[in-house]
Amino acid sequence: MRGRMNAGLLVGGVLVGIVVLAALVSFFWTPHDPTLVDAARKLREPGGGYLLGADKFGRDTFSQLMVGARTTLYVGIVAVGIAAVIGTPLGMAAGMTPRGWLSELIMRVNDLVFAFPALLLAVMLGAVYGAGTLTAMIAIGVATVPAFARVARAATLQVMVTDYVLAARAAGRRRPAIAFRHVLPNIGSVLIVQASVSFAIAILAEAALSFLGFGTRPPTPSWGRMLQESQELLFSTPRLALWPGLAIALAVLGFNLLGDGLRDFLDPKLRRIRAEG
Amino acid sequence: MTLYLVKRLAVLLASTAVAAVVVFAFMALLPGDPAEIALGVNATPEAVAELRRQFGTDRAPVAQFLDWAGGLLQGDFGTSYVTSAPIGPQIGDRLGVTAVLVLGGMILAVVIAVPLGTFAAVHHRNALGAVISAASQLGIAIPAFLAGILLVFVFAVQAQALPSGGYVPISENPAEWLRSLLLPWLSLGLVQGAVLTRYVRSAVLDVMREDYLRTARAKGRGSTGALWRHGLRNASIPVVTVLGLQLATLLIGAVVVERVFVVPGLGDLLLNGVAQRDLLLVQGVVMVLVAAVLLINFVVDVAYHLLDPRLR
Repeated sequence: MRGRMNAGLLVGGVLVGIVVLAALVSFFWTPHDPTLVDAARKLREPGGGYLLGADKFGRDTFSQLMVGARTTLYVGIVAVGIAAVIGTPLGMAAGMTPRGWLSELIMRVNDLVFAFPALLLAVMLGAVYGAGTLTAMIAIGVATVPAFARVARAATLQVMVTDYVLAARAAGRRRPAIAFRHVLPNIGSVLIVQASVSFAIAILAEAALSFLGFGTRPPTPSWGRMLQESQELLFSTPRLALWPGLAIALAVLGFNLLGDGLRDFLDPKLRRIRAEG
Repeated sequence: MTLYLVKRLAVLLASTAVAAVVVFAFMALLPGDPAEIALGVNATPEAVAELRRQFGTDRAPVAQFLDWAGGLLQGDFGTSYVTSAPIGPQIGDRLGVTAVLVLGGMILAVVIAVPLGTFAAVHHRNALGAVISAASQLGIAIPAFLAGILLVFVFAVQAQALPSGGYVPISENPAEWLRSLLLPWLSLGLVQGAVLTRYVRSAVLDVMREDYLRTARAKGRGSTGALWRHGLRNASIPVVTVLGLQLATLLIGAVVVERVFVVPGLGDLLLNGVAQRDLLLVQGVVMVLVAAVLLINFVVDVAYHLLDPRLR
């Protein structure tokens, strides 16, 4: 353990922990069936076993939020996973051959992918294959690849000029060996921070896509669609917009704080600079 | 500088061309034949073949692409398979609305972020600076469409001061036009302003540690004067880069915000196109948005070089 706990790490960790816990518990238990439509409970006020009330279909808001957390994490994990698995090796390859044609090609393609934001990719994929959780995850994942590639490349460039890499190269070690033994372990902390920040962005993107109808399909609950459904009732039942909105904001805040906190925690150099500043 | 400009321009043109191929290839993957979809299930094979010839979809994909791309160069986006209307003018109309939305949001973000971020940097040791940092952290966590819904709740539902949605063209009624765009601008501007505040803060903090600023202070300039004269230009270099990246984010954010406020911009056109399976329209709008992002990145790179003499 290189650093000390800081406030951001603590608050971020707690917020993320709550989302993860809600998602895990929702596999075994929710107060009510989140997808059960019941006209008798339509727009039921909070209370009496319905902690946050029910929506226009009589579905329990609290249960929907819990299962929505699952959707959010699921999309985030797969999307960030896609981005990390594709982006990291590409960035490392570009960073280990900084003057070669491969590096140039990778970074040019990277710039091009960067011009296709997640939303456009999701709309295009949705138009071709029909929108759903899968197209949303792929779109967000592919759109996040450039971020990972850039960060991995920048970190690799720094590692490549260190004495231990120079020594390894002088000793005749091949590039793949250097990549796995020296580069990857040393850029790991940067990648973890990037994963946390990308997760926050993925949550925002998933919410926006569900809001537009290009994300998770009904009846599976998702925070973005809860917001979309609540919009027409904003004048009469604003609480329906409040809770999913709050859930999105706190989850994003949590991952952002966690990312910042991890950066300070894992990199003592940065922390010292901050303390001086 | 000229060499750099030429090289960068070549990269822009090449990327745009590749992007056009990608967008076209993507839409060409679509299952279903536009002619069959347009005529329905009861159409005779002859009628389908005839319509296919009219649409030009009976030709080889390469020929279709060259036709489409060639048209784009002249501002011709083709004719919709669904509505039979030319697509170019529709995109042109909507582009103006989206551009006004994005630019307004951007200006608002800068107006919020530059003073707040600078203030937070100068006062980074006291509570007020920390409050601004915390507020911007919270602002980042709120997506623009959620900000939009919250703003509607406050200004349209509670205060009943502004419309909850809809759009009035400026030619019809300038005052109503302004009122109809205020909340969309705020939704985009507040959120992006929060993001930008953090970058301005850290850029100013970096500059404050520089030797030249210490020298300026030692020469008898007040710390505000030194920052004003020597600091802000240097701090603007990273900020301009972020601003450019944000412009791209804003463009995409506008697509969602247009849906919240029922503003007839490019996003609205795109989503309606998808709903009606108007593929050539979707293809055209996606191409315009991607080209806009590429152009923004180009301008940012060039501005970066102009602002930082070390790079010349």
